[in-house]
Amino acid sequence: MNLTLKIWRQKDAKSQGKMVDYQISGIEGDMSFLEMLDVLNEDLINKGEEPVVFDHDCREGICGSCSLQINGEPHGPDRLITTCQLHMRKFNDGDTIYIEPFRAKAFPVVKDLMVDRSAFDRIQHAGGYISVNTSGNTIDANAIPVNKENADDAFAAATCIGCGACVAACKNASAMLFTSAKVSQYALLPQGQVEATERVLAMVNQMDEEGFGNCTNTGACEIECPKGISLENIARMNREYLKASVKG
Amino acid sequence: MGGLIKSSIARKVAMALSGLFLVFFLLQHFTINFTSIFSAETFNELSHFMGTNPLVQFVLQPVLIFGVIFHFVMGFILEIKNKNARAVKYAKYNGGANASWMSRNMIYSGLVVLAFLGLHFYDFWVPEMVHKYVEFAPEDPSRYYHELLEKFVSPVRTGLYVLSFVFLALHLWHGFASSFQSVGFNNKYSVGATKFAKAFAIAIPLGFIIIAVVLHLNHNH
Repeated sequence: MNLTLKIWRQKDAKSQGKMVDYQISGIEGDMSFLEMLDVLNEDLINKGEEPVVFDHDCREGICGSCSLQINGEPHGPDRLITTCQLHMRKFNDGDTIYIEPFRAKAFPVVKDLMVDRSAFDRIQHAGGYISVNTSGNTIDANAIPVNKENADDAFAAATCIGCGACVAACKNASAMLFTSAKVSQYALLPQGQVEATERVLAMVNQMDEEGFGNCTNTGACEIECPKGISLENIARMNREYLKASVKG
Repeated sequence: MGGLIKSSIARKVAMALSGLFLVFFLLQHFTINFTSIFSAETFNELSHFMGTNPLVQFVLQPVLIFGVIFHFVMGFILEIKNKNARAVKYAKYNGGANASWMSRNMIYSGLVVLAFLGLHFYDFWVPEMVHKYVEFAPEDPSRYYHELLEKFVSPVRTGLYVLSFVFLALHLWHGFASSFQSVGFNNKYSVGATKFAKAFAIAIPLGFIIIAVVLHLNHNH
């Protein structure tokens, strides 16, 4: 497979970036998208050029490190996968592929295709936890009965890997799906009730402070989420937030 | 409270509630207008009531005007904030792959509806206010139908109304159903509620189109 790649190159956070064209050949359908970029980088290194910087870690769809906006969609054209799970068989010989970083004011570019997603960490730090005594006499979580439906929904929300595809896909660069998944995974469980009011207020406040846009319910985030996090979580967060605001 | 007003969720809920209020008003407006195509008398009676009832004139009308202004001002504020949230645009952005055109272009369909409101106020509301509160003209309960008919003589104006209702339908198609999600309503009844909202988004603007076309044809025959 011979391909034309249009890749965003940016020296550092302060420099202006631009799209640069690369020709690549000998790509097989069974290669993953990241392996294709590895081939490109080997070529660049052999030619004495600087390789393209991109985030990656586990390469099995778990860690949420790999990002990349591919042909205008986060993680490429396939559904329910991360970029490392995208295979080159999804493309055709002679294709032109646009590869850009996830774009949001709250996700500044570090270099080339790597962005700083620590805004998500700060949202999580603001309230995405429960306070538990871990001094040796921790109560077994299974000792508290949990409604099966709630347990399933909490688990589904907790599968969010924080990759940022929701922000990248949203026309408003909104982080509502991520934040709502983190709020929901606690709001649905008895252990999360004690700090529910403070949690949702603090997390939404932090989300707003980071400069993400507002949700306009386009549903793009749900479609592009590699873990299929549902929009129901956003509705739940809206309810939790309104409830918490009334309670103060 | 200050935090609540600035919060993205509170603003989103405020957009949804003002939108739902306007949807309710639209239904009421449509019901009265619809009588005009089969009974001029009924239309005159209802219009006379709406035009002279103090509760409608001095309480509901200001609330409605506030609702309209609030909805579009908040819409602009959110649009500006959302545009700023992505300072560098994508070289390639395939928005159609994961979201409907209607949901991605609410600001444009909304702007067309806003422009239409300008025309609509110029056609009906401003002359009505001048008639009642500037000229203090004596009330004639049978004047409304003829005044209405006069406005739809021009095929251009009728066409503009029809086009505006198409954009109103596009705006409602996303906006009405989306308001349920914004106020936190997403459960086993959501599928039915969304179907109802989509049917409303088609039926009411289509009804307004029928009214405009029938009035235009009535006058020319």
